[in-house]
Amino acid sequence: MRKTILLALSAVAIASVSTNYAGDITGKISLKGSAPAEKDLPIANDPFCGKLFAGKPVTTTRFYLADSSGGLADTFVFIKSGLEGKTIPAATGAVHVDQKGCEYLPYVFGLQTGQTLNVKNSDPLMHNVHVTPGAKSGNKESNKAQMAGSKDYEYTFEHPEVFLRFKCDVHPWMFAYAGVVDHPYFAVSAEDGSFKIANVPPGEYVVEAVHRKTHPRGTGITQTVKVGADGAKADFTIEVPAN
Amino acid sequence: MGEFRKNRWLNRFAIFSAVATWFLIGLGGLVTSHEAGMAVPDWPTTYGYNMFLFPPSQWIGGILYEHSHRLLASFVGLLTTILAIWLWLTEDRRWLRWLGVAAFLAVVLQGILGGLRVKLMIDQLGIFHAALAHVFLVLLCFIALVTSRAWEPVRFTGWSVPGATVSLIWIATGLIFTQLVLGASMRHQHAGLAVPDFPLAYGQLWPSTDEVFLEKINRERIDPLEPNPIRASHIHLHMTHRLGALTALSVVVALAWRTRRSVMGTAPVRRYAMGLLVLMVIQAGFGAWTVWSNKAADVATVHVLLGATGLVAASLTGVLSARSGVLARIGSSRAPFVRNVGVKINGENLAANTL
Repeated sequence: MRKTILLALSAVAIASVSTNYAGDITGKISLKGSAPAEKDLPIANDPFCGKLFAGKPVTTTRFYLADSSGGLADTFVFIKSGLEGKTIPAATGAVHVDQKGCEYLPYVFGLQTGQTLNVKNSDPLMHNVHVTPGAKSGNKESNKAQMAGSKDYEYTFEHPEVFLRFKCDVHPWMFAYAGVVDHPYFAVSAEDGSFKIANVPPGEYVVEAVHRKTHPRGTGITQTVKVGADGAKADFTIEVPAN
Repeated sequence: MGEFRKNRWLNRFAIFSAVATWFLIGLGGLVTSHEAGMAVPDWPTTYGYNMFLFPPSQWIGGILYEHSHRLLASFVGLLTTILAIWLWLTEDRRWLRWLGVAAFLAVVLQGILGGLRVKLMIDQLGIFHAALAHVFLVLLCFIALVTSRAWEPVRFTGWSVPGATVSLIWIATGLIFTQLVLGASMRHQHAGLAVPDFPLAYGQLWPSTDEVFLEKINRERIDPLEPNPIRASHIHLHMTHRLGALTALSVVVALAWRTRRSVMGTAPVRRYAMGLLVLMVIQAGFGAWTVWSNKAADVATVHVLLGATGLVAASLTGVLSARSGVLARIGSSRAPFVRNVGVKINGENLAANTL
């Protein structure tokens, strides 16, 4: 009996030590090459959404959002392999997406399988939330109306999918894309291209960076990193082919 | 003559129903051109409302197209129901009474298909929905034709169309219908314009469809409506539609040429064939314009409507030509052509309007 308790305590201790040594994978996504020019969204042409944007700068497509240093936003970065045999924490908390100004905010986000996705409509007009998963993903397509001021919708998805698309058919320029993976080790690059995948257990991993437009099939570029107590660094360069 | 006089209002009603259906197809074209097919997620209700009570203040964005389409479809359904009852109660021709029933069943099926497309979210149902819409339009136009004076045997006196020419008309009709189905398939891929230039395709006669090329064009495509990535099948479908257009146009040119040579000068089929040729040339022009305009909704919708018009024109020309041949054969083999009354077959007087 004593031996069993000792073993159990040891296991807990090892697990807690492992967690203590968890590190962050940080890095930057850079865009190489000249991306095609973005186009204006036809929001102003819509009599209702146009009013929400009166006097504001025209919103454009968000395919290649790169800053002056070449940092590329909206790239989904996640651990592709190396987690086998490790305890994967269950999803906690909810991810929030808002329909505001006739746009989905954020445009690209990450989600763990089983995690709650909360979709809100902050606009004074109706939208429909049309989830359009890939045919072979296993996730279910759905299409629901969301009136102004109505309660938020909650979704969970059981199968990994990069990217799972959300669209509004009332306003056909409104899209959002979710990178759904079966663990919590993912991030979306910020406006300067930086990202941080937090609390990764020590080990060697293949990390993948997928940009929605550059990798239309959902398979991006990878590199192997070794995460120690001080984490790991992984920079990615995504090339846009010359025209 | 009396039969057709009696049916004058029925005929006008059938024409009105057909015109309403033509507009309905146009509205359907606007729905797909604006990617608004799923803008109203529920059916037969609209955002929870009885569809006829949905407040106009909420007909916004894509809802305007989809909801208008549903309302006009309901109106066409009502017209078709009245038409079927009217035919059943007043029409002597048994086959025509049943044709009215067929039109009623078709419009019911069409409504269900449209609803299932929304409820089940299956794109392929949209293609069937589009194809049936065109068949239904032709059916209503045919009913309008056979209830009109143009159907009277006397109208065919002195002309008939050779069988080979009739066959050519049916081939043209089949090709136009195939083009319509291909077009509907392209629209329901939600992939936008798979080939953005014309008359070449990505600067070539036939574009490459290898993975590297597809990845390149998908990376470079900046479209606010974020269509699905272009796949090889989309490009093949688009190019098949172009080849189909060329083939259909060639057949219609051959038809116009043949009718000028083989059909007597007073026969209306010569004018119909020439009219069909003019229509198809304009239609081809709108096809090109659809590409040059990057599939602008109004241009693409006119392209759909001209296609529907072409199908009606070709099929009714085929029907009239076939009828001219039948009447001529009956007239020459059985009895002298009997104007306005009927023909005698096997010793029985067959009223003109039973044919």
